[in-house]
Amino acid sequence: MTILATMLPIALIYATPILIAALGGLYSERSGVVNIALEGIMMVGAFAAASVTVVLEPSPLAGYYGILAGVAAGTAFSLLHAFASVHLKADQVVSGTALNLLAGGLTIYLCQIFFDQQRTTAFATGLAKVSVPGLAAVPWLGPALFKDVYPTSWMALLLVLLTWFIMAKTPFGLRLRACGEHPQAAASMGIQVVRMRYVGVLISGALAGLAGAAMVLTQDIQYSLTSVHGTGFIALACLIFGKWNPFGVLGAGLFFGLSQAASIYAKDIPLLQAVPSDFFFMLPYVLTVIALVVFSGKSVGPKAAGQPYDPGRR
Amino acid sequence: MRGAKLLLPALAILFGFALGAAVLLVTGRSPLGMFQAMLQSVSGINLAAGTFNSRYIGEFVVQSMPIMLTGLSVGFAFRTGLFNIGAEGQLMAGSIAATGVALWVQAPPGIHVMLVLLAAMAAGGIWGAIPGYFRARFNVHEVVMTIMMNYIALYLNNWAIVELFRSADHIKTAPFPASAMLKAESLSALTHGSRLNWGFVPVILSLLVYWFVIEKTTFGYGLRAVGYNRDGAQYAGMKVKGNIVASMAIAGMFAGLAGAVITVGTFSFGRALSGAEGYGFDGIAVALVGANAALGIFFSGLLFGMLKAAQTLMQAQGIPKEIANIIQASIVLFIAMKVGIDYVLRRLGRAKGPEGP
Repeated sequence: MTILATMLPIALIYATPILIAALGGLYSERSGVVNIALEGIMMVGAFAAASVTVVLEPSPLAGYYGILAGVAAGTAFSLLHAFASVHLKADQVVSGTALNLLAGGLTIYLCQIFFDQQRTTAFATGLAKVSVPGLAAVPWLGPALFKDVYPTSWMALLLVLLTWFIMAKTPFGLRLRACGEHPQAAASMGIQVVRMRYVGVLISGALAGLAGAAMVLTQDIQYSLTSVHGTGFIALACLIFGKWNPFGVLGAGLFFGLSQAASIYAKDIPLLQAVPSDFFFMLPYVLTVIALVVFSGKSVGPKAAGQPYDPGRR
Repeated sequence: MRGAKLLLPALAILFGFALGAAVLLVTGRSPLGMFQAMLQSVSGINLAAGTFNSRYIGEFVVQSMPIMLTGLSVGFAFRTGLFNIGAEGQLMAGSIAATGVALWVQAPPGIHVMLVLLAAMAAGGIWGAIPGYFRARFNVHEVVMTIMMNYIALYLNNWAIVELFRSADHIKTAPFPASAMLKAESLSALTHGSRLNWGFVPVILSLLVYWFVIEKTTFGYGLRAVGYNRDGAQYAGMKVKGNIVASMAIAGMFAGLAGAVITVGTFSFGRALSGAEGYGFDGIAVALVGANAALGIFFSGLLFGMLKAAQTLMQAQGIPKEIANIIQASIVLFIAMKVGIDYVLRRLGRAKGPEGP
């Protein structure tokens, strides 16, 4: 039990970028644009965040400017995906693949231009951990949520609530979802599908950029080609496992975070000792494969996701 | 019509290289150096120094071989209307099988290497058939499925290298016996010590088989019919579900073969990987530029092989080698915008003359 208590804060650190990026994917896919570029956008966000943080450091706010830079860079980068897939009716999977390819090349290229090496210079602290004095004493929840926590973890949890509110309770959320279910019907009600899809993709870019920033500033000492190492694809898995629903995403994200933390602590847990660490890394993907098969036949995802918007179709 | 088919890839390549050159100029590097590096990687001729070294040609071929195979893998699935992002994972499944047969099976020289290649194809085929089956039976989208399968293969590979093949340093296995390898001293000596190996034989055979199956057989016609119009093919009495599984399995076999060519050709031991090496994504670029045709995939494989081979030469001249990835990604992005660009081209065509599209 004590191991589980020490694992929880680690799990939360791992879960944070997965959650934020998966919520980003939710906005894009709910608007009808499949976004497999989450990984690439995270890389761009992580690179921007690490670079700005390094340049501004000793300043205590350097990490926060880094986060802003990550959000801005992610948004700008996702504009490419939005332009290609909404305006030019590109195949959204090919366009996303292109962005993933581009991100690796572009960020490391810029590292060589700015820092003369294959990675950014290492930052000193990145983002500092914070505590809330009173609440940290609460058993269980206190140490996990309020003692020595990265502020990005709070952001992730708040974003879950915010996303639920926007999607379920606001006209904007309803319109966004309509564009992902039946864009022609949405258009007939006066909703501007093209604009909504742009907004959906750009929000996903902002959040994936934030996720990349959170990841590099809390789990790494610099940005390199392997900083994001597939987390964008875990986020995609998380989105599907969470059935495109903010609270489902929260559950899946925490579970995936826990399974990554378990790979570190497995050697101390008698039952898990024999399990090779690679199996813990594999777990999110295996579970998603199972989930995909179990959910199949039931319509859980946005119906029109992946189809370019053609106003003439009925 | 044929001209229009070639126009888009040609424009995309032109756009990619122009953008790459522009990026170099803006960041204060010389585009000329990049083009020299590319020339040298293809021909072995160093214009600046006036020297010739055939090793570069050998390395260029070595870089082109696996991405032609992953290109065939992606292209084959595309022909049936399926998007195989899983070539990377199928390739890794192939490498695991190749490593297993190379280390554990003992056979005479010619036969051993054949067993290695067949095992890799079988493993890749199974890894491709799984998402194919789920697509056909449960309508699970193959894109998400194959992405997940890529990561499962990656961690399976790393587990296998350590636990199954007992790697001493947890990075690479014991070296393979000579009988299991495509490596050849003669080819290496011919190209001044490059890693050139017999891998080009299965690659060329694969290109021919791809062309023959897709263009010349009833089976290939059925696959293409499913790609054009799934419901139409169903109505015409074709076995759509079976074709989907078969298409993904064959796509997986090409990728699995690429795994063997890398494992027992380029290298001589099994390797643990810190992440995906990108052969699967290269394959997507190769298939898109090659318009999913065997000859097109051959030439675009050479093009991207050249870009990969030129990377070390560029780095040596102070040009960040990632410019190659930027060019490749721009070409893919440009091709992704096909529908929009077709529209623009049609508009331009209409402005010039009365004849329509």
